[in-house]
Amino acid sequence: MTFREALESGKFVVTAEVGPGKGTDVEHLLKDAAIIKDRVDAINVTDLQSSVMRLGSMAFCHLLTDMGIDPVFQLTCRDRNRLALQSDLLSAWVLGIRNVLALTGDHPVLGDHPGAKPVFDLDSVSLLEVIGKLNSGFDMAGNALKGAPDFLAGAVVNPGADNDAALDLQIMKMEKKIEAGAKFFQTQGIYDLDMFEKFMKRVEGFGTKVLGGVILLKSVGMARFMNRNVAGVFVPEPVIQELKKAEDKSEASINIAVRLVKGMKDLCHGVHIMALGWESKIPPVLDAAGL
Amino acid sequence: MVVLEQKRFEEIEEMTKGYNRLLVLGCETCAAISFAGGQRQVAEIASAIRIARKRSGREGEVLEDSIARQCDPEFVDLIADRVAGSDAVLSLACGAGVQLLAERFSDKVILPGCNTMSLGVTEALGVWSEKCMACGDCILWRTGGICPVTRCPKGLLNGPCGGASEGKCEVLKDQPCAWQEIYHALKRLNMLHYLKQKAQVKDWRIHPGRVVREDLRGGGRDDF
Repeated sequence: MTFREALESGKFVVTAEVGPGKGTDVEHLLKDAAIIKDRVDAINVTDLQSSVMRLGSMAFCHLLTDMGIDPVFQLTCRDRNRLALQSDLLSAWVLGIRNVLALTGDHPVLGDHPGAKPVFDLDSVSLLEVIGKLNSGFDMAGNALKGAPDFLAGAVVNPGADNDAALDLQIMKMEKKIEAGAKFFQTQGIYDLDMFEKFMKRVEGFGTKVLGGVILLKSVGMARFMNRNVAGVFVPEPVIQELKKAEDKSEASINIAVRLVKGMKDLCHGVHIMALGWESKIPPVLDAAGL
Repeated sequence: MVVLEQKRFEEIEEMTKGYNRLLVLGCETCAAISFAGGQRQVAEIASAIRIARKRSGREGEVLEDSIARQCDPEFVDLIADRVAGSDAVLSLACGAGVQLLAERFSDKVILPGCNTMSLGVTEALGVWSEKCMACGDCILWRTGGICPVTRCPKGLLNGPCGGASEGKCEVLKDQPCAWQEIYHALKRLNMLHYLKQKAQVKDWRIHPGRVVREDLRGGGRDDF
């Protein structure tokens, strides 16, 4: 079943995420993907995550299609103007890539080439509109395409925005993304199910699919780092303590993730698990969550 | 106003040292308000250059002058004689002024003594902030008087990225998220509906911009 079919079937979908590294060595990433291949409906491939120069998303998505995995091509507006974005979308389609996640992208100043010229010619909303236009057989300028793609487009939303204004703005932008053609949303990592439930109540009338984000906690240090540095991610203190007190950290991490995944089964339409190299922990999480 | 910042003296010394008779030329509008290129800064830089020259045993005369606006040929042409009498001009104007001098006095070396920083405002004494990128297609009427093209480092037009933390921008950590500012302004003005409309993508063709006003070009318009 393709990711689109899984999503349209109404089943609770599972996606994961891999991030290509700096260089041409893809062996360990392919191994990570192989571990979860039969347990997930799609695997996202990040696009120069955190504005750090790495191997590209499109090439690695293509390698995943060779393995029989349906990839989600993450595409940011950070490095490409409208010409490059449209061209890369057409290129991705001919390489067998069928799903795109439209993102604004981090600012280059946060990455390892801080002097790079930020592009941001389009934003996530206008990129989604362009994907729709390409799907309908035309480019952004209205020229007819000879052969058109038929992408399933998705987007992101941050339910953990830390004040009312930020959350209102996230939800308004989410509505614009739906209007622009987003068929599914993957969220930032969530650790507070009550907060997520409130968010889902606000967006339940939108008629879109939401995949709750689950980041596997590898250590107490990582939790504290994310609380300080990753906008929208907040690991509550009891969760940190649970991990701190546990003798077997990886078991505790799995337990925390299982609780989140189980909770999300009643709240949204799927989960997006970000394992950050701990892909081997995904099958036990899914087993314990009954997926 | 155009916000300017004086270049480091080492760079000024490096670019001016080959010219015996050097004219340091101020600009009394934006450069003066920026405390970077008005009469006072002309005097300061000129004497610093004189001292540096004396120390290194180099010869040469450093002249001083200032005009109202280096971006206007009417004023620039007034100092033609002084420019003719020097080997090079260190202009303390913005990039527009430096280029107009270079155009009007094409046989002279015109050197920039300042860096042009932005179109901005005086925030407090000694603090200037960028407000406008001269995009040529003003949308401030829909954004509560706050420009996302300029004040959001990504120039986003459809709302914020997810990066703000406690109301602060992820990139400019001491600055408020421009989109949260827009939200508060529109809410205050009862205009939040503008936030729900998808923004038109920008047409970035306009640089270098050129404004032509036919009605001012002599003779007026003859179509009405």
